[in-house]
Amino acid sequence: MSTTSVASPGHAETGSSMSVGDFVRTYVFSLDHKIIGLQFLFSTLLWFLVGGLLALGIRWQLAWPWETMPVIGPMLFSGGASASNMGGQISPEFYTMLFTMHATVMIFLVIIPILAGAFGNYLIPLMIGADDMAFPTLNMLSYWFMWPAFICFGASFFVAGNGAASGWTSYPPLSSVPEAAPSSGDAQTLWLLAVTSVGIASMLGSVNYMTTIIQMRAPGMTMFRLPMTIWAMFITALLQAFALPVLTSAGVMQLADRLVGTGFFVPEGLIVNNSEPASGGGQPLLWQHLFWFYSHPAVYIMILPAMGMVSDIISCFSRKPIFGYKPMVYAICGIAGLGFIVWGHHMFVSGMNPFLGMTFMTATMFIALPSAVKTFNWLGTIWGGKLQFTTPMLFALSFVSMFVIGGLSGIFMAATPVDIFIHDTYFIVAHFHYVLFAGTAMAVFGSIYFWFPKMFGRLMNERWGKVHFFFTFLFLNGTFYPMHILGAVGFPRRLADPYHYQTFAHLQPMNQFMTICAIGMVSVQVIFAVNFFYSIFFGPAVGRNPWNANSLEWCAPSPPGHGNFDFQPIVYRGPYEYGSPEVDTDYYPQWQAPPEATETAAEPS
Amino acid sequence: MGHRVWSLLFLSVPIWGIGSIVWAIADLPGMERHWLPANINDYGQVIDSLFNFILYLTGAIFIGTGLVQFWFLWKYDAQSNDEPIKFVHGNHALELIWSLLPAVTLLFISFVQLNAWADQKMRRPILSAGPDGVEGTADDILKPPLVEVTGRQFEWRYRYAGKDGVIGTRDDVHGVSELVLPMDEDVVLAIKSEDVLHSFFLPNLRVKQDVVPGMKQFVWFRANQAGIYDIVCAELCGWGHYKMRGLLRVVPSQEDFDQWLQTAYEAQELKSYTPDEEAE
Ligand SMILES: [Cu+2]
Ligand SMILES: [Cu+2]
Repeated sequence: MSTTSVASPGHAETGSSMSVGDFVRTYVFSLDHKIIGLQFLFSTLLWFLVGGLLALGIRWQLAWPWETMPVIGPMLFSGGASASNMGGQISPEFYTMLFTMHATVMIFLVIIPILAGAFGNYLIPLMIGADDMAFPTLNMLSYWFMWPAFICFGASFFVAGNGAASGWTSYPPLSSVPEAAPSSGDAQTLWLLAVTSVGIASMLGSVNYMTTIIQMRAPGMTMFRLPMTIWAMFITALLQAFALPVLTSAGVMQLADRLVGTGFFVPEGLIVNNSEPASGGGQPLLWQHLFWFYSHPAVYIMILPAMGMVSDIISCFSRKPIFGYKPMVYAICGIAGLGFIVWGHHMFVSGMNPFLGMTFMTATMFIALPSAVKTFNWLGTIWGGKLQFTTPMLFALSFVSMFVIGGLSGIFMAATPVDIFIHDTYFIVAHFHYVLFAGTAMAVFGSIYFWFPKMFGRLMNERWGKVHFFFTFLFLNGTFYPMHILGAVGFPRRLADPYHYQTFAHLQPMNQFMTICAIGMVSVQVIFAVNFFYSIFFGPAVGRNPWNANSLEWCAPSPPGHGNFDFQPIVYRGPYEYGSPEVDTDYYPQWQAPPEATETAAEPS
Repeated sequence: MGHRVWSLLFLSVPIWGIGSIVWAIADLPGMERHWLPANINDYGQVIDSLFNFILYLTGAIFIGTGLVQFWFLWKYDAQSNDEPIKFVHGNHALELIWSLLPAVTLLFISFVQLNAWADQKMRRPILSAGPDGVEGTADDILKPPLVEVTGRQFEWRYRYAGKDGVIGTRDDVHGVSELVLPMDEDVVLAIKSEDVLHSFFLPNLRVKQDVVPGMKQFVWFRANQAGIYDIVCAELCGWGHYKMRGLLRVVPSQEDFDQWLQTAYEAQELKSYTPDEEAE
């Protein structure tokens, strides 16, 4: 396989003489999984920016509570949408909205859709050797069902309350009784509609991924020759298919409680803030069970694809087979299976029967096991390799390093007695930011640098990529690591001003340090944005396989045309045969025929 | 950039990670405490021990994996490693070892904490052994709550049982914001919510319990140091959640508490004095 051959001859010139209808069919309502993947990528990166700015608002308030934000503060609050916003400060209502919408945007509009929607869509057909998804129309709908969510979340900022503000967990009665808070009115209704629509979008996607992976693999691509990315996407799709209906139903139930007077989640006779007494005899804990029945598996929906992509990147730049392929696959399955019986660990102090706490605790402890197995196997993969410190490799290595921190801190909160103290403190915030930002987001950056040449036929700038990595890595640890220490003091989450408690009053300087790091972290993303958009148009053009990688997507043109492959790929081996003694090169692609079978293999011309 | 820089960057993770935690625990002179706040609950000690046990265990794994990752990055850097790569696809024995070791460890952690959990949330202090004369059986007479705590947007309200030891009678004493309790006594609190979810969090007593409208929860502890401590609301309850602060005042003895309760009762009676009540 030559690495110098340039873009596909057959499909590159679709843009030359294009009518408006063609343009809309090709780039807007496209059925091509690659375009849909890129649509997801651009949309989610945009929301990533929104989510990051919301986070800076939170950080500002925690560092300098009730002080006017420089420049932005007066601009944001001068209109006097509510009297307490006057003077350019963040009001407590606004702060509550900030952390609610930060989490909501990051989880529902960034992490889940960027992994499954962007990378899942782009990579699944290419990596299994298919020309597209099994159901292209369904695939298109899975993207366009995100738009009602974009619009509803966006609109919720402009109705009474300026955005939902009962936490991304939306616990009733605060969320479900409109009188309970200024933002529990229309803003919460819009929030629920948006989450429902995200659920539908993910559902359509997951059905498609499962079918495609089961049905459309190229000849020779057995299940155990699939790259880890695909295994992870497959298991993620299963998780989505089985967990999401529960969240969607719960969302509809809460909508019904709010709009048509049912009483699923509110106890008989409850009056909040002069609301009508509730009827129906509901139970607030029911929502928590339903919510976490989805949202715990969702944690794995938000990490498994990242693990898969990191495995592929690490093996490629270690120039060495992945260590323990099958144990890695079983570990993913183990995480997914156990993931369904641990949701109660979010509810140890909720008032749930403490006997249940014991069983959830044991199951939760054991979910650390497959995570440990994966970590050891990644370390086994870099052992004895020839490591190339490219930008994607650095991000992937940092995933491993940071995931260890996020995984180990999880053991504290799995231990029920310890969780009594650290529940709802910054210890938890530290934990999930190490998993979701230091873990998943870093893996996503690495994956963008890694697959960028396939997506756009050009490389991103390596030097600036490393600068981006270096400062992101530094600042993220400066932002998130001290949260463990805050948590150990008992510093609670979601407080607009924690410093009036004598226990936490002295923690403000540490929060100021963290905020400065957070501002730095968001700022250096400009380097990434410039590199990304500049490289789309002006990066050095590359051939099909710039990294000398093994998996099937690298035998397609860069970028692949409609239908992906210009020859029928046949798979002869697993995707991790780097440094095989059977060949002279240090890689042995899945599609390269073994020497004795050369004449029967279908090679590109 | 020099290729060794990256290995060193990854080495800095365990160094800074462990270093900053040691700094936080060290409690250097002149520095305010940046670690677990002072524990004043006899039953809270076990939580701290468990926390520390997990801290040492995970700390060791953190250092171990961090050093291994650094060493591999340093040693197998393509620019300095002249040896051919180790062309292996895994190792069955290793997989077994690094699955079984964590499994046993995790099982161990699960079991050691069961008792502590039961003490915190399931074995409410008892008054007496009950008809069968054996403690720890189902017919034990449980200690009744001394105070009923009610969370509402955005304050804590208290209703003390009064002299008769029963909540809901005429001699109950009502209070807002400051909760007064005796030292060296098993104290049971009944907590409930009047509107939305709240969480009753006493950082210095290692106590936290969500309160759920429509349900009643019990917490118990035994304070061993007099003083004033924070009561924190730890579950989002609306825009004013941050200011839902209460204070716990632990008085040195049961006598002090009884005396305080009597004074509070009299003050309350004086305030709510009406001719009707005098006629009773
Ligand atoms: Cu969970
Ligand atoms: Cu609260």
